[in-house]
Amino acid sequence: MELQTLTFIVVGITFAIYIGIAFWARASTTSEFYVAGGGIHPIANGMATAADWMSAASFISMAGLIAFFGYGGSVFLMGWTGGYVLLAMLLAPYLRKYGKFTVPEFIGDRYYSKLARIVAVICLIVASVTYVIGQMKGIGVAFSRFLEVSYEMGLVIGMGIVFIYAVVGGMKGITYTQIAQYVVLIFAYTIPAVFISLNLTGNPIPQLGLGSMLVGTDTYLLDRLDQVVTELGFSEYTTLTRLSPLNTFVYTLSLMIGTAGLPHVIIRFFTVKKVSDARVSAGWALIFITILYTTAPAVAAMARLNLHNTIQPASGENLVYDERPDWFRNWEKTGLLKFEDKNGDGMVSYTADKATNEMVKVDRDIMVLANPEIANLPNWVIALVAAGGLAAALSTAAGLLLAIASSISHDLLKGVFKPEITEKQELLASRVAMAGAIGVAGYFGFNPPDFAAGTVALAFGLAASSIFPALMMGIFSKRINKEGAIAGMIAGLTITLLYVFQHKGIMFVASTSYLGDMKPNWFLGIEPNAFGAIGALVNFSVAFVVSKFTPEPPEHIQHMVEDIRVPAGASLAHSH
Amino acid sequence: MAEIDQEKRKAYWRENIRLMVVLLSVWFVISYLCGIVFVEELNTIRIGGYKLGFWFAQQGSMYGFVAIIFIYARRMAALDRKYDLHD
Repeated sequence: MELQTLTFIVVGITFAIYIGIAFWARASTTSEFYVAGGGIHPIANGMATAADWMSAASFISMAGLIAFFGYGGSVFLMGWTGGYVLLAMLLAPYLRKYGKFTVPEFIGDRYYSKLARIVAVICLIVASVTYVIGQMKGIGVAFSRFLEVSYEMGLVIGMGIVFIYAVVGGMKGITYTQIAQYVVLIFAYTIPAVFISLNLTGNPIPQLGLGSMLVGTDTYLLDRLDQVVTELGFSEYTTLTRLSPLNTFVYTLSLMIGTAGLPHVIIRFFTVKKVSDARVSAGWALIFITILYTTAPAVAAMARLNLHNTIQPASGENLVYDERPDWFRNWEKTGLLKFEDKNGDGMVSYTADKATNEMVKVDRDIMVLANPEIANLPNWVIALVAAGGLAAALSTAAGLLLAIASSISHDLLKGVFKPEITEKQELLASRVAMAGAIGVAGYFGFNPPDFAAGTVALAFGLAASSIFPALMMGIFSKRINKEGAIAGMIAGLTITLLYVFQHKGIMFVASTSYLGDMKPNWFLGIEPNAFGAIGALVNFSVAFVVSKFTPEPPEHIQHMVEDIRVPAGASLAHSH
Repeated sequence: MAEIDQEKRKAYWRENIRLMVVLLSVWFVISYLCGIVFVEELNTIRIGGYKLGFWFAQQGSMYGFVAIIFIYARRMAALDRKYDLHD
């Protein structure tokens, strides 16, 4: 069957499933809308969390990053998984015990302050909105690439699908669609990887194939890759380091703390029945994430080797351009792959030397997207990859939109401005807020702002420097008070934003960077994207010092802290 | 009665913190030490085609993280029962 038709059928089936789930899992109470009624099984929640967490970037871009950064790409692997250890031990069980609907609600109650709650809402909205813009872009790009509709058309279809199941189903609808989306995306990711590993090493498990010998040789895959890339003048794959070891260290830490502090991930743990379930569920979430994250380095190395082998099958023996394979032609059409015959010999040469390199563009995203074609896999696998990429983008977008909508309807409207509204009115407000959030995200999808490129730095920076420390201190210290927490959040937030903007420009408008994005200006050589951990350190220190010189929290707050530390007496998440 | 309850909760919390410190040390060692700080030294050792430091950074640390969370969940469930503080 024609690839195009097949892709339409596979993507169409998955969309029909998502919409079917939306009608089956309608939310009829605020508890169902915010926390899916609070009775989700820990394994089911783990699967939903994995889909919630793994975005278009994890699915499409991460393997490409590793393929070109080699060892240097490990930052993303360790950083985006290690945060779950922090989440499972430092936050999830206690926040579940507290049993409310949103992250700012806990901060507002623990620090007995509406101001603290509002500061938390602002951090949450800025972090989540910047994050969701990237997902909207991912949806538009995925549609336009796979289904050959325009970027705008793709965005509208994507928004429509999310609108149906998120507005109708709330967290309940989102949870069950995320489970379906996880299944789609994990098959889409691992099936091509298994075939490629089998082709290259004879071992069907990519995680083992990466450490195996190439078929018919006694050379290990990674050794061969190191040899191929160094012969072409690139850095050795397995030891290539981005920037300094200190930067690698701090970057990894920032991503871990940021992961643990992202509200759309934290609220997923409010949906399980018990405190002990929250701990176990974090473990399941990480298993489901690790299946993809340990496959990614194998995909990365194997795709890189395949790419070089196609272009230069043996030393000094280059691919004749007119005899290039079909996938090469296909991806040239998209502009993601570009060849320029600099020496006019009709052959392709791909080297690290800019003057003689003729592969003038090799987009990193090709590593995952073109993988099935490079390995000559059947068309249905390529169609499945399309559905997987869309599932990854849709599931993350929906989770973020719920975090935004619930903080508007529950924290701002019900919590601060109109506490007297009934549950029915709040449920309506949450649906309106969800529709509004989809509209705003869509608007930014159509008109990507200048700061779109820096969104990851901003989202993780804010989560790491403001939300994570406030939550952790709220649980592990009885002494941190309102004054300390607010001062800490604002200090952490401010210093992180100043550092990012100082080097990248205010709201990422490059001309407004006041010290320039120059490496010599980086504090201890730390890149702006990695600064969240330093922001967190500032937050902890300021909160500690300010609390020391201001009155200790009232007695009932200290009792509350004692109470959330033990699982006994937990009830389902509720509003009062 | 209330006082005994207080003592019990304090002891439970102390054991929880001790367990956390141990497990977070493992978390730190397998990622930051094995995967970043001592990566070059470990790369001189090989398991199959993997250099050990590289393996920790791109495979081993993640398996370790999963194990840490499940060990924590199991131990805490036992602790919840020991102090009769389960939910």
